[in-house]
Amino acid sequence: MNQLSDRKYIIIGVFILVGLIYISRLFYIQVIDDTYKLDARNQAFRYTTEFPIRGYIYDRNNKLLVYNEAAYDLMVLPKNVKNIDTMDFCGLLGITKEQFLKKMKKAVQAPNSPRKESIFEKQLSPKDYASLQEVLYRFPGFFVQSRTLRKYPKKIAAHMLGYIGEADKRTTEKDSYYKEGDYLGISGIEKSYEKVLRGKKGMHIIMKDVNNRDMGSYMNGLYDTIAISGKPLTTTLDADLQEYAEQLMQNKIGSVVAIDPSTGEILAIVTSPTYDPNLFVGRARNKNFVELSHDSIGKPLFNRSTMASYPPGSTFKLVMALIGLNEGVLTADTRYPCARGYPPLGGRPKCHPHGSPMDLEGAIGTSCNSYFSYVFKSVIEDKTYNSTYKAYANWRDIATSFCLGTKTGSDLANELRGNVPSIGYYDKIFGKGSWKASTVISLGIGQNELGITPLQNANLVAIIANKGWYYTPHIVKAIDGNPNDTILDRFKVKHYTKIKDTAIYNIVIAGMAKAVEGGTAASLKIEGIPYCAKTGTAQNSGKDHSVFVCFAPKDNPKIAIGILIENAGFGSTYAGPIARLMMEKYLKGEITRPDLEKRMLEADLIHKTKNAEVTKQH
Amino acid sequence: MLRSQNNTSIFYNVDWITVLTYLVLILMGWLNIYAAVYNEEHYIITDITQKYGKQLIWIGTSLLLALIILIIDENFYTAFAYFIFGAFLLANIAVPFLGREVKGSSSWFRFGDFGIQPAEFMKFAANLALAKFLSNQNIKIADYKSTIVSLLIIGIPAIIIMKMQNETGLAIVFVAFIFMLYREGLSVNYLLLGFLAIILFILALMINNLYLFIIIAALCAIALLFIKRNAKNLFIIAAIGIVACTMVRGTTYVYDHMEDHQKTRIDVLLGRGTVNLKDEGYNVNQAKIAIGSGGFLGKGYLQGTQTKYNFVPEQDTDFIFCTVGEEWGFLGSTFVIILELFLIIRLIFMAERQRSPFSRIYGYGVASVFFFHLTVNIGMTIGLAPVIGIPLPFFSYGGSSLWSFTILLFIFIKLDSKRLQILR
Ligand SMILES: [Zn+2]
Repeated sequence: MNQLSDRKYIIIGVFILVGLIYISRLFYIQVIDDTYKLDARNQAFRYTTEFPIRGYIYDRNNKLLVYNEAAYDLMVLPKNVKNIDTMDFCGLLGITKEQFLKKMKKAVQAPNSPRKESIFEKQLSPKDYASLQEVLYRFPGFFVQSRTLRKYPKKIAAHMLGYIGEADKRTTEKDSYYKEGDYLGISGIEKSYEKVLRGKKGMHIIMKDVNNRDMGSYMNGLYDTIAISGKPLTTTLDADLQEYAEQLMQNKIGSVVAIDPSTGEILAIVTSPTYDPNLFVGRARNKNFVELSHDSIGKPLFNRSTMASYPPGSTFKLVMALIGLNEGVLTADTRYPCARGYPPLGGRPKCHPHGSPMDLEGAIGTSCNSYFSYVFKSVIEDKTYNSTYKAYANWRDIATSFCLGTKTGSDLANELRGNVPSIGYYDKIFGKGSWKASTVISLGIGQNELGITPLQNANLVAIIANKGWYYTPHIVKAIDGNPNDTILDRFKVKHYTKIKDTAIYNIVIAGMAKAVEGGTAASLKIEGIPYCAKTGTAQNSGKDHSVFVCFAPKDNPKIAIGILIENAGFGSTYAGPIARLMMEKYLKGEITRPDLEKRMLEADLIHKTKNAEVTKQH
Repeated sequence: MLRSQNNTSIFYNVDWITVLTYLVLILMGWLNIYAAVYNEEHYIITDITQKYGKQLIWIGTSLLLALIILIIDENFYTAFAYFIFGAFLLANIAVPFLGREVKGSSSWFRFGDFGIQPAEFMKFAANLALAKFLSNQNIKIADYKSTIVSLLIIGIPAIIIMKMQNETGLAIVFVAFIFMLYREGLSVNYLLLGFLAIILFILALMINNLYLFIIIAALCAIALLFIKRNAKNLFIIAAIGIVACTMVRGTTYVYDHMEDHQKTRIDVLLGRGTVNLKDEGYNVNQAKIAIGSGGFLGKGYLQGTQTKYNFVPEQDTDFIFCTVGEEWGFLGSTFVIILELFLIIRLIFMAERQRSPFSRIYGYGVASVFFFHLTVNIGMTIGLAPVIGIPLPFFSYGGSSLWSFTILLFIFIKLDSKRLQILR
């Protein structure tokens, strides 16, 4: 009897043992093992992204340059597409059954999959969207995702603004913020200010039931994040000036950059030929892109203002003069002869006919090649340096401090460095110790291996206008209305060149003023605004490039312009008049030379060149 | 009223701890059913178009049943034990012919929206009959005739439910009475044999049979080294070895003659072959996901996604424990297990304090049935037991099961309240 009643301990023991085993097992699957939690999330949640509004872009006077327009992508999740009336659906979208099947196939095959949502039809028109939205519930597996498209009310500054495009695999691998198909800035300030403009994506967790129906927000949105809109940018661009410059540059190949020297703000930056930025938006984007990229002469997609390297030509003579004066090998009264060229090397580099000998002022006014070859030689062979190479290194050093051969550090995407050849570079070509001033004499007139971008060219003018300093040229003035955003701090640092004596600049500036008063730019005077300029050409394998640099007014300059037009000949023919019209437009707001304006607007150098080339061939 | 001070109150000597535990369990069960099938359009917990509203009706009627049981004289159960057993046996035989077939199941009597499953009530009826039989003073369970009769009282209803009503789960529950029989003197050898059978069954399916034979032979050889080598011991060990080997062979035979869905349940449990998580492995996998995703503290009441949104099948009945695991986490599920075990062990202590063998045997029967339900039901949701569709006591949705558990429990509470009076 007692023996049997003892069996209760065994029974209770078994019961408790089972309980302990179960509790341990629960501890394992609930606390230790995470796989079930992941599985649960994957099958019961749908994560939807809320795309933030991309920041708008304004000009310096708060004129709208870029805004957004809603677009709607029709998305498909193939595994949920069941029992739909295909004919009805095709009718709504205006596609054929074959197209439908092709699209479905694409949505199912790699890199897509039946379990992954992908775009079925991109950017529906608002009309299609409106009619589709009402009946979409009849087509399970299809849904609409809204996107923002960039719109450009003024159709200007395409290269500077850049464009946005879809993130590809490489981008998503590099930065996990992006998912394939997200939009991001590809070029221009859309790229350089991507993080400011994009804002922050929001994430919503939607619960699903076993049939994949939406069951509402998880925990009433406790773990959701809201999208934070991108910040608007205020650029330094003057939209009116930009638009005017683009019109003047029509049918010409080249670039104009206008900078406010006192701030480094870029007022206008034109690459020509350009295109309507609206062409890169919407469904026709790829077609337009291909069309534009096929124009091999104008190369409208090539951003010349920061990506093209030209020989600086005559502009560089100003730097040469500054260096000569600074090194004490040149004074305002130094005179050099010119025999239609540089006499010591048998008339090379060549020069155009003018009086001889001339002083510095005259040489700047006539842009004498012989004169600046002499200056270059005297700088490089300066005895105080004991060695040609040391003198060359010093010359290069000073030239580089004018932001040549080095990126300006602007906030424009993709900037070229340009080139001021190093000693090593020439050693490699000519052999160590076997080159001297006369070997590279054309550096003195801004030719040879010198390379400069139009942006550097304009910045150079700004430096001269400021008499030795500059702010890094930049295109953004304020972020979200705040000019003191820390991102912009670096544009508030004054940079000085290696030539600090303002008297030296005054000599060169006087020469530039003379060019307008009675020199090469005499025909381009602006009434009431004395300004300084330098016309020139940059030698080129084909016809010379037309170059013109200027700043106005002479005292307290407000605008500095560097302009280069490819194969347009002498500077005062096209480059000068366009720069003059721009200065007048910016400073006066009106044009007193409608005849000049008309001539410039109508001048067509692209199609003329083409014709000339055609005739040459025959 | 004055007399109620004496022994005449129906609540006199009622074990309130047990009643309270029972009430807490059914209340928790009800709240979990609400969470499991929560429907925002019908958020009122008493909405009787929804299962939680219906469950409230079942709870109410169960309490009424409990009250009636407490009112009925305790001698009724002893006197009518066999009669009750016979009556429910007849009902179970009749149900396939009289009941309406619903979803392939022919175990229900239907009354409109509500249904009654007589198989559920067979448990307390069989328990009464067993108690009555085994409490007879002339009966010794060690006597093999008594064993056979006991096994018949258990086996006949089980076979009827399994073969005639096709309710395997409800039939298997009758195995639970083995604990009670053990307490009443069933030879340990039977249990060991059963235990050996289960172990060998599992091993036979997991390990190549040839290796298993070698292992059995090796174990027998080792055993011989440690015991006195006489003819008797040699015979016993040889017999055990042969029985073991026969069982192994038998396993293959039994397995091969099982129905496909039973084979897959065993395969899923033992992880044999490739288990397709979308098909045969779906239920268990989803149950584990729901429970596992609950974590330590759970997702919070009504915040479960796996159960509420139907990823877990039968989340309100057989898989109700998933809701507990998902929403209340490890703490909540441990609490439920402990509370259920507390009730069961409390019943054992209560059974042991009975003077009357009838009451003691009946009490053990109740504890055994509850324990079996608990073990199999929770075991299948966490992958430790095969998927056998039986409810979790007091938690699972369903009138018949709740009534059945209530009747089982309250007859014992009634018997217990009269434990001091007489020897039955
Ligand atoms: Zn000359």
